[in-house]
Amino acid sequence: MRNASRILAYQLRDVARNRWVIAYAVVLLVLTEALFRLGGDAGRVLLSLLNVVLILVPLVALTFGTLYLYSAREFIEMLLAQPVGRGAMFSGLWCGLALPLSASLVAGLGLPFLLHAGEGGLPLHSLVVLLATGVLLTLAFTAIAFLVALRFEDRARGFGAALLLWFACAVVYDGLVLLVIAVFGDYPLETPLLILSLINPLDLGRLLLLLDFDVAALMGYTGAVFKQFLGTSLGLTVATIALLGWTGVPLVLGFRRFRARDF
Amino acid sequence: MSAERPAVDAIGLTKRFGRLEVLRGVDLTVPSGRITGLVGPNAAGKTTFIKALLGLVRPDGGQLRVLGHLVNGDERYRRGIGYMPQSARFPENLTGSEVLDMLGDLRATTAARDLELLEKFELEDQIGKPVRTLSGGTRQKLSAVMAFLFRPDLLVLDEPTAGLDPIASGIFKEKLLSVRARGSSVLLATHTLSELDELADDVVFLLDGRVRFHGPTEDLKRRTGAPRLEQAIANLMRERAS
Repeated sequence: MRNASRILAYQLRDVARNRWVIAYAVVLLVLTEALFRLGGDAGRVLLSLLNVVLILVPLVALTFGTLYLYSAREFIEMLLAQPVGRGAMFSGLWCGLALPLSASLVAGLGLPFLLHAGEGGLPLHSLVVLLATGVLLTLAFTAIAFLVALRFEDRARGFGAALLLWFACAVVYDGLVLLVIAVFGDYPLETPLLILSLINPLDLGRLLLLLDFDVAALMGYTGAVFKQFLGTSLGLTVATIALLGWTGVPLVLGFRRFRARDF
Repeated sequence: MSAERPAVDAIGLTKRFGRLEVLRGVDLTVPSGRITGLVGPNAAGKTTFIKALLGLVRPDGGQLRVLGHLVNGDERYRRGIGYMPQSARFPENLTGSEVLDMLGDLRATTAARDLELLEKFELEDQIGKPVRTLSGGTRQKLSAVMAFLFRPDLLVLDEPTAGLDPIASGIFKEKLLSVRARGSSVLLATHTLSELDELADDVVFLLDGRVRFHGPTEDLKRRTGAPRLEQAIANLMRERAS
């Protein structure tokens, strides 16, 4: 554990100076500020940011996460030749990615709300839910990114796989749900759709946000099923646990690859 | 000092990458307190063997002891090892001194560090800069400093002088001889055989994943009837071919 935190400390310094992490925070900041200036009150800005969080966060976590692990290869090699175990190395690396990305997200989205708090009040609860969902999505998709990068030796293929995965979660999945509903519309679909929503971490994030914001119009089919069958509070709990599972399982699988790997 | 446990003791070490058998049963005992040269053509398995010593590559079979410790996934034995890879790359945004500090933190050692090479390479004014701005040669020098930093019992060097200029390379060789005098063991993989002529007490010749010769440099020259190591190795390869 001591070594893991030491690796983390140095990784944090390395990543914090990385231009992309800084750019990520700045883009989110500018975007949020722009939404405020375009005349929205805090509630409307939050609603607009919903889709930003759902689309952008997984994309950044997946692409940046895979590239990060590929470019850390030499660093990993150097440290593993030192008295450093693979468990410490792996946890230090992942935290060194997930923490700065989460911090960028919280700072980039949160700061404008603090700045504009005087104008129309601060919808604290909804803001916290938005940020927490963003962080959960960051954790899950960085874990998945690690698994992808460890699965593919080749950088280009790994990066391609990460993009495909994002596309599948963000676009193909919705089409799939529609298709299922269109084809099997005459059957009771609640249970299959519940299961379907659990296999897509991005949809789980969407469920979390929409259940809490209670915007039925944006909810989509899986959201409606979730709300109808689990109710809001149980639905939130199930979605949160499932999303944490999407962090834990890829991390365990990734570590098994990492431990057996030749460097 | 030479009566101690061997620095490296490998028995029947095997490793394959897919269909490629890289190590086909390496039996090798590297004595302590000597400089052992590891030579062989490209793809003979030198780097794979070295990486197995460091636990970077997991062997498929056989047994490997380094400094008396069984290599089995426990990382502590590596405290005694200084390693210099073929081409060292570092976290790009850290400075040289941050990298050196990090290595010290990871070992949690209070022992005085060996910074002689840092002075002799005149790197003091370079290590405050981010590593990404350093030239390839300067990185190689930094990597050399790192290998000697904690006064290791075993130095594992993979083509160490390949990126060094002649002056730096001379300083490096001097340093090697001085740590041997202090009792450290050195395993030195290289293609520069003239270098081994100056430095190596023993030579290990690796070919197709097996040890084909291991013994004092002088024995090899005598056996092959060659005055220089370069010819001796060439003769050895020809001997095998016929």
